[in-house]
Formats: sequence, structure tokens, C-alpha cells
Amino acid sequence: MTTKSQALLNWIDERFPLTSTWKAHLSEYYAPKNFNFWYFFGSLALLVLVIQIVTGIFLVMHYKPDGTLNASGIPVAFASVEYIMREVPGGWLIRYLHSTGASAFFIVVYLHMFRGLLYGSYRKPRELIWIFGTLIFLALMAEAFMGYLLPWGQMSYWGAQVIINLFSAIPVIGPDLSLVIRGDYVISDATLNRFFSFHVIAVPLVLIGLVAAHIIALHEVGSNNPDGVEIKKKKDANGIPLDGIPFHPYYTVKDIAGVVAFLFFFSAVVFFAPEAGGYFLEYNNFIPADPLKTPPHIAPVWYFTPFYSILRAVTYPLFGLDAKFWGVVAMGASVVIIAFLPWLDRSPVKSIRYKGPVFKIAVAIFVIAFALLGFLGVKPPEYAFFGVIPGAPVAQICSVLYFAFFLLMPWYSKIDKCKPEPERVNFK
Amino acid sequence: MKTRVINLIRRAAAALLFAPALALAAGAQLHLDQAPVSKDPAALQHGAKLFVNYCLNCHSASFTRYNQLQNIGLSEQLIRDNLLFTGEKIGDLMKVAMRPAESKAWFGATPPDLTLIARQRASEFGSGADWLYTYLRQFYRDDNRPTGWNNVVFENVGMPHVLWELQGEQVAAVSENPDGTKHIELSLAKPGKLSAEDYDKAVADLVSFLVWMGEPVAEKRQLIGAFVLLFLAGLFVLSYALKKNYWKDIH
Amino acid sequence: MSVDQKMDSGRRNLLLATSAAGGVAAVATAVPFVASLTPSERAKAAGAPVEADVSKLAPGEMMTVEWRGKPVWILRRTEEMLASLEKTEGLVSDPASDRPMQPEYAKNQYRSIKPEYLVTVGICTHLGCSPSERLKTGAESGLGADWPGGFLCPCHGSKFDLAGRVYSSMPAPDNLEVPPHQYLADTLLIIGDDGKA
Repeated sequence: MTTKSQALLNWIDERFPLTSTWKAHLSEYYAPKNFNFWYFFGSLALLVLVIQIVTGIFLVMHYKPDGTLNASGIPVAFASVEYIMREVPGGWLIRYLHSTGASAFFIVVYLHMFRGLLYGSYRKPRELIWIFGTLIFLALMAEAFMGYLLPWGQMSYWGAQVIINLFSAIPVIGPDLSLVIRGDYVISDATLNRFFSFHVIAVPLVLIGLVAAHIIALHEVGSNNPDGVEIKKKKDANGIPLDGIPFHPYYTVKDIAGVVAFLFFFSAVVFFAPEAGGYFLEYNNFIPADPLKTPPHIAPVWYFTPFYSILRAVTYPLFGLDAKFWGVVAMGASVVIIAFLPWLDRSPVKSIRYKGPVFKIAVAIFVIAFALLGFLGVKPPEYAFFGVIPGAPVAQICSVLYFAFFLLMPWYSKIDKCKPEPERVNFK
Repeated sequence: MKTRVINLIRRAAAALLFAPALALAAGAQLHLDQAPVSKDPAALQHGAKLFVNYCLNCHSASFTRYNQLQNIGLSEQLIRDNLLFTGEKIGDLMKVAMRPAESKAWFGATPPDLTLIARQRASEFGSGADWLYTYLRQFYRDDNRPTGWNNVVFENVGMPHVLWELQGEQVAAVSENPDGTKHIELSLAKPGKLSAEDYDKAVADLVSFLVWMGEPVAEKRQLIGAFVLLFLAGLFVLSYALKKNYWKDIH
Repeated sequence: MSVDQKMDSGRRNLLLATSAAGGVAAVATAVPFVASLTPSERAKAAGAPVEADVSKLAPGEMMTVEWRGKPVWILRRTEEMLASLEKTEGLVSDPASDRPMQPEYAKNQYRSIKPEYLVTVGICTHLGCSPSERLKTGAESGLGADWPGGFLCPCHGSKFDLAGRVYSSMPAPDNLEVPPHQYLADTLLIIGDDGKA
């Protein structure tokens, strides 16, 4: 480095912790050297967040949150999306990046969470990282749900209608609560505008704050790894973990390769199948919102369907409260319960590599149940597999399995026959 | 050739995705003919002409500007001379003179805007183009309907058969399937100006135009996409080599 | 040592190549975003050339048409008005229209295609206010007994003559802009289109 730029750096460092921050989080942040494929999804989630924020900023320049009808009888909000798609130079690309980014976000985050589950990344001392992560997931769901209303198509409208009505199931305050959320007796311009405000300002601020907390907490305790051993236990003479390598440059170059690979698949969807067969952009959402006509089949976007299936699966009234209420409770609980994982897992080892067969089978069942719930959530309630196996009871069984995975974990993780953890990480 | 391969892949993917749905009870089935969608400018231009003459009187295409038709090879002068109604400018949106409230009073419902119709009508039974292609060819005479027309894929449709002069009049023979569902067999009772073959071709052109209008940027999108993927593939080779090089240090 | 150096140069080349390709990707990504800031098809359609029929304009009268959201004045000048331009010749800062505030075909004494009709954008070249018409001459105009008729910008007092030429020592630096225009017929103008690109 030349003396001049060194002098400038010194000048800044005396006033702002630039070099020390760089060192603490990148060049002297020691990460285990045995990260595998699953460890790409954290940096990819960050990438998608940036994509969503940047494309979002540009979309807001042209989008109008206005539910009133224009001269052609089309809602202004719907028309403004088509305006972006057709009339704004490059607008179609920015919009497809944003709509594909929404689904990509969930794909990446689900895989990221699954990684945590596989390798016990939620275990002590990383409980707070996991809780911040669960909160990020919750904020992300709110963000996606409110963003989905903005195109003001039929699925936007009726999806929001159904979800907001969930709140009315809460005893006593429910009906008033859903009225306050809508700001009107139906989903209307008022609802659209407040969702817009939350989607572009409030929730993103929360999301960024939580992501910062998530990363700061991670860098405080250090990363877990596929072997689930603490690399900080074995250090060299300089206090550097023996199995640790500086995040920069080793994981930056690795993550860059991961980013490019991700962008390849992401671009393939954006440029060749932006609707993704009706899963990323639902066909009915190309019809402007019509408060007088419900589409024959409403399903939430794919990333909500596992939880939506759990909602639908509850059909029994309990304690004098109707099934609708318990459905909402079950759906809420199915998300919240994820946060309790650090205290549910009583296994002596962290990583699935050293856990016993019981835990492995439990995870396999959980994955199948979750996938089935997601699949059934896309289908109408009367759906039957191959026309013969009714879907509704399958969803109920899967819902029970979903909760059983969590609630029985203190028991089965304890009785499981684990293998001993190694002293050092495996790396070849 | 390339598009045919892509179509094949797409169809296979769709079949996989929707295979479980197809196993639904037979009653919910919708049998759609596969639309021969074309990107040929001549077909699109013919479709545009049919659209302006037969559809645009009642249906708007209020997200499309006339001058965007230059993208399917029509010259500005040609659009001015053949497609614009009096008083309209080349940069105008393709709107209808009727106000939505009036048309609602006249027809009972505002005829929907058709800009996105090909994207709206996609379903697990086929693409939006397939639906439109089938729909526009399966009108039949039905005296029980106020318009005198009914349709096989859109039962009790509110729209009369605006293309009847071209197609002629079809009548329906309704029978019952073994599983109790309705089976409708159409036959041509009174021929129109076009032969059945030419009518199918005309509808195919019209549908091709509607598909184009649903997403005018589609072709450009795929072209850019091909370059993007190629570039990213190259960038991946570089970045992977870089990663390999750095990770040589790690033992 | 030599082995290390060899490895380093390979790494440096790869680093450079990847950075260069990444830079290209970043620039290419920026293209649609920057493009989205430029006028949309709607803005272009709204900014399309407008026609103006001047057949009903009496001598000495002025009409305003809107082009790209801006007022375009069409003033039908009388003989006296045209004569007044001789007098203002010495008072204005750019009498020969040397600055590029008009198309080539309007770079003349009258700053117009036909001397009779002045076509100009009614936006002051100072800070974008629209000057008001002060077509009356002399004391009646409120601008002094020797005022030959012209325009006065209400914001900062810039004065323009009947060819849209700015007086010397005024806040406005330039003459009023003459938009591209042409005659489709004897009294039918199109503004925003002069037959050249």
C-alpha cells in the first residue's frame, strides 16, 4: 500500500473503526474450514435481500398504491404494475427480478434453516442467533404477505381477504382487530396503502435490523460447522483456532462462486420462466382485483402453503371455541415453535453426523411431512392423490407429525444412540 | 427447432407439475386443443387486424399502445391507415369508446380488458393460448341463451359469437358420458365465409397476437436471458478456478 | 520462493479476470436500472408532436399550445410588431441568435420560419418561470413609454422582445427557445416535429 493511502486509512481509523471492523468480521474472523454446500445459503439470503431492496427502490418510483379505478375501469395499482412491465424501459426485468426474488428468498431461507437443523446450529451458545433467525423468518413472511397485495390482482385481493379474516377468529378482540388491520369493512384502498407503507418502509427496517443482529451474534460466538465441534476449543500459540481460516479471502471467494451459481439458476427463472408454471406468479393474479367475484380456487403462494395446510387441517372445535380459532393458533404455533428448538434438542451432540438413527428418522419424517403439507396447501381442499387417497386427512396426519417432531424432541433426542463427536473437524 | 425443443421441455415440466392435478375427478376436466401459437410477424399482423376489427369494439387492450404494434413489423403508416379509429393518435392506448359503467349496463358485465387474457387463462389444463384457441372455435347455437350462443369451454358465456360470419353456425349434440358428465359434440350447420381449416388458422393468428400482447417483451426477454446465462456460466468457471486457487492453501 | 511467486501470478491473473468479468456484469446489471429512469412509453406518447391550427389567429393575437407539458406560444405578428424588432436589435444580448436556442431554420432576424408567426417555448431561460405577455406598447404597458411590446418574466424581471430575444443585462442568459416545428399546410403547424429525426 502506498504511503498516501495508508495515511488516509490512518486518518479514518482514528475517527471510525474501519480497519478493526474489517478485521473483526472478515479478514480475521476465523470460520471453520469444513463448511460444505449447505453453508452457501446464508450469504445467498443476504444477496437476495440486497436484490429485493434495490429492485424495490426502483419499483416504488413507478408503482402507485391506488385501489380506485382508472378511466378504463382498471384499478390504478394493477395498471401501474402493467405500466412497469410494458412502458418503463427495463421495468419488466426489475419487476421479474423482484417477483422471482420473493420466491428465491424463501427457497434460500428454508435451506438455510434446514442447515441449522441438520448441524445443530441452534444449540448453545447460538440460541440467540437462532431466535433472531426465527424473527427474520416471521418478518419475511409479513413482508411477503403484504407485498403480495400490491399488484392488486385477484389472488392478491382474495389471499389478503382470507388471511386478514384469520385474525377475526381470535376471541373477543378478533373482529375489531381485523377491522383495524383493513382500515375498512372490506379490503380496500386504505388496506392497500397501509400494506404499501409497511412493505416498503416498516418491515424492511425491521428486517435489516434483525439481519444485523443475526450476524453480530454469529460473529460473537463463531460459526458452527458440519461436525458440530467448537473450533475455539483448540487454538494455536497466537490464539487462532486450529481449524479456523480467515473468512476473507477464503470464504469470500468461495461464496462468490456460490453467488454466481445461484445467479445462474435465478436468471434462468427470471428470463425463461418468470411465472414458474403459476407458482411464482399465479395466473389469476393477472386479473385485476374484483371485490365481487372470488376466483374458484384460492391458494397462497407456495412458500406459505405448509403453514396454510396446518391451518386448514384443524377442523375440530375445542373448549367451546370453534375450529377456525384453533386453526389460527395451530398455524401461529407451527412458526413460533421453531424458535424453541435450542431447548427442545437434548442430544449430547450437535451435528446429525453423530446423532443416532432415531433423530435421523425423525428429520426424514419431518421433511416428508413438511413437503406434503406444502404440496397439499397448493391444492384445493377436496384434492385426492391419484384421485383415490383424500388429501385432507393426509394433511392432518402431516400436521400432527410436524408438531410431534418438535414436541417429542426432548424425549427422542435423549434416548437416541449417538456417536462420539471428534476432537477436530473433518476436512480432506 | 430450438423453440420446439424448449416447448417440449416446457410441456414435459408442466406435465410433471400437474400430473397429480390431472388425476382429479373427471368432472372437473377441461379438454383444450393445443394452440399452434406462432411468432411469425405475418401471423401476428393478421391477428392484430382481426383483433382490432372484431374484439376492440367492446374489449379494450388498455395497456397496449398502437405504436407498440411496430414491434410485430407494422409500419407507423400502416397502423395509422388501417387500425386507428378516427381521432386516435398512434401513441394512444387501445381503449374502447364505451365507458365501463355503460357497457356494464348494456351487457350485464363490462367486457374484460384483453391485454392480459392469454396470461389469465392459463391453468393446469393448458396454456392461456390453448384455452383461447379452443374457446373461440367452440361456440354453438343455443336458443336458451339471450345472445343465442353458448360455448363448450365457457358454459353460458355472456359474449355472443362475434366471429360467426367467418366460422358459420355450429350446433351441439349433447350426450352423457359413462361417468355422468356432459359430452358436447359440435357440427357445422351453416358454413361461414371461411373453410373450417382457414377459420382455425385465423383463430390461431388471433390467439398468437393475444399471446404476444400478453407480454410483448417475451421474445426479447429470452434472447437477453440466453446471453446472461452464457456469461454467468463463463463467470462461474472463472470464480470457481479462483476459489480452487485460494483453497490450495488450506490443508 | 520461486514456486510461491509462480502461484501468486496465477492467482493474480485469476483475480483480475474474475474482477473484470464481475465488473462487466455489474455494469450490465446497472443498464436496466438506469434505463428505468428515462422517459417511459407513456411519457413519450404524451410528449408526442402536437398540431396547431393558426387559421383563426388574428394579427397581433397570441395562442398557447401544450407540448411536453410546456406552453408553446404562437404569436401572429403585425407589420408594426415586426418593425419593432429593428428597434430592439441594439437592446438585446444576442440579436443575431448566435446561441443555439433555435433550430437552424429559425436562425434569422425574426427567429421564425414565416416572419408573421413566432413559435416559441414560453419558459424563461433564467429559472423556468413562464413570462407574461406585454404586447401593448408605450406607457400603457407599464414598462415605460418606449416599450415596444414583448414579454416580461414575473419572477426576476427578464424582458424579451417580440422575437423572444432577451434584453441585455437581464437575469435570463438566453433568448426564448424555438421548438422544432414545421408547417404541414399554410396555416397548420406541427410542434415537436420538423421532419428531421
